Amino acid sequence: MQATETDTRSGNGTGEPSRIPVVLTINGTERRLEVEPWTTLLDLLRERLDLTGSKKGCDHGQCGACTVLVDDRRVNACLTLAVMLDGASVTTVEGLAQDGQLHPVQDAFVEHDAFQCGYCTPGQICSAVGLLKEGRAQSDDEIRELMSGNLCRCGAYVNIVAAVRQVMDGTGAGR
Amino acid sequence: MNRFSYVRPDAVAAAVRERASDPGARFIAGGTNLLDLMKYDVEAPSRLIDITRLPLRDIQEIDGGLRIGALVPNSDLAYDPRIEERYPLLASAILAGASPQLRNMATTGGNLLQRTRCVYFYDTATPCNKRTPGSGCSAIGGINRQHAILGASEHCIATNPSDMGVALAALRANVRVAGPDGERTIPFSEFHRLPGDEPQRDNNLAADELILSVDLPAEHFAANYTYLKLRERLSYAFALVSVAAALRLEDGKIAEARLALGGVAHKPWRDEEAEELLRGQPAERASFEQAALRILSGARGFGENDFKIELARRAIVRALEQAAAGTPQSQSDKRVQ
Repeated sequence: MQATETDTRSGNGTGEPSRIPVVLTINGTERRLEVEPWTTLLDLLRERLDLTGSKKGCDHGQCGACTVLVDDRRVNACLTLAVMLDGASVTTVEGLAQDGQLHPVQDAFVEHDAFQCGYCTPGQICSAVGLLKEGRAQSDDEIRELMSGNLCRCGAYVNIVAAVRQVMDGTGAGR
Repeated sequence: MNRFSYVRPDAVAAAVRERASDPGARFIAGGTNLLDLMKYDVEAPSRLIDITRLPLRDIQEIDGGLRIGALVPNSDLAYDPRIEERYPLLASAILAGASPQLRNMATTGGNLLQRTRCVYFYDTATPCNKRTPGSGCSAIGGINRQHAILGASEHCIATNPSDMGVALAALRANVRVAGPDGERTIPFSEFHRLPGDEPQRDNNLAADELILSVDLPAEHFAANYTYLKLRERLSYAFALVSVAAALRLEDGKIAEARLALGGVAHKPWRDEEAEELLRGQPAERASFEQAALRILSGARGFGENDFKIELARRAIVRALEQAAAGTPQSQSDKRVQ
């Protein structure tokens, strides 16, 4: 067969765990890494790259705390295998600010006090950035529906919707 | 998660050969269900065959219908202008399911292969005939609010959790698959199975077959349709009961009707006799009540889910009324437009 260089069938419980080379662009920086096939993107970010902004809440795709952008699309990093992303571009909450200036969504979250404990906030912010790129939400109902993959146990939803709406409408005090 | 080897073929034939050579191997694409199950040790594949680089990402015109590549993500499919215009029932059903993140990841083929969300299937400490054949069914006499009211067996009362699949059943889609001996096409209604005495088998796909595409026939039902989903909260929850309804109306009468239910059986539930009952009838409540009684005629509850029989009856009537009125269910504000 025409397998790629990532054919590592020796890695299943026989001998040393195999590591597979991947190239990922993470927050604008190209990283050449070797990963075990069972390493999720979330564990790679948090445990190996010290990018602990993305949070592990449920680790099953139910809470959204791990939301990051892969090739500009929001996804659950906990349900993504890093090895499958070879060649992809990943943006985490750490990569949103530019030149020391917070991203408009980050500014809006501060302005609207759109959090309490803050644990879900990186995922909320990345999800909102993804939602704004998608451009499909118009009303508050649509913001709520299209942010439903991000749970906030503190219940800051009202302010989260207000923050997203502000950026959507371009009415913020920020950029 | 267990340890496994990983391979990333770049051709369908190579992927099928990989699968055929190792019974413990699994295909992976979106991974939203498989990785979840692996984290619970419900699945422990020896090898993952990454199919995301296969050329199955296009939506193509075929015979007045559309051929949807198995790797088209749920979100791309739901927002494709051809789907929005010609198959809004399918778009609506997709947007009723999961979350935006999951829809960005999950694929068309993977949606068909997702496993039940029965709590006992996920809990390896409990008996489950689907997970461990012969161990028993914990849901019978257990927590079964989410479980089947139609087509269940003494071995399994799990439900198929898909929303997309309910619309595909109503639209009479076909599933094109490839195996070692070539390609074949499976009508959607024959793709998934009832549990019977082999609940471990969700569908009729052979172990070494790969889904290539889901093919939509020419008939669209773009004017009179609805996807009504009833669940424990307004978003991001599996259906207690869902209804895909589609009508073609001529002079106030029903020329063609399609009706499928989700959340009530081991497969998206269709009943051709219920659809036939509606043909030629006036598009009004009395007709819809008859169809609802027909499609639910074999319904049976298991305690906690008894309420679903009456819930389904009312949901079917409401969905058909929405379809007849041309007021499809909104998937964002949940109000009838």
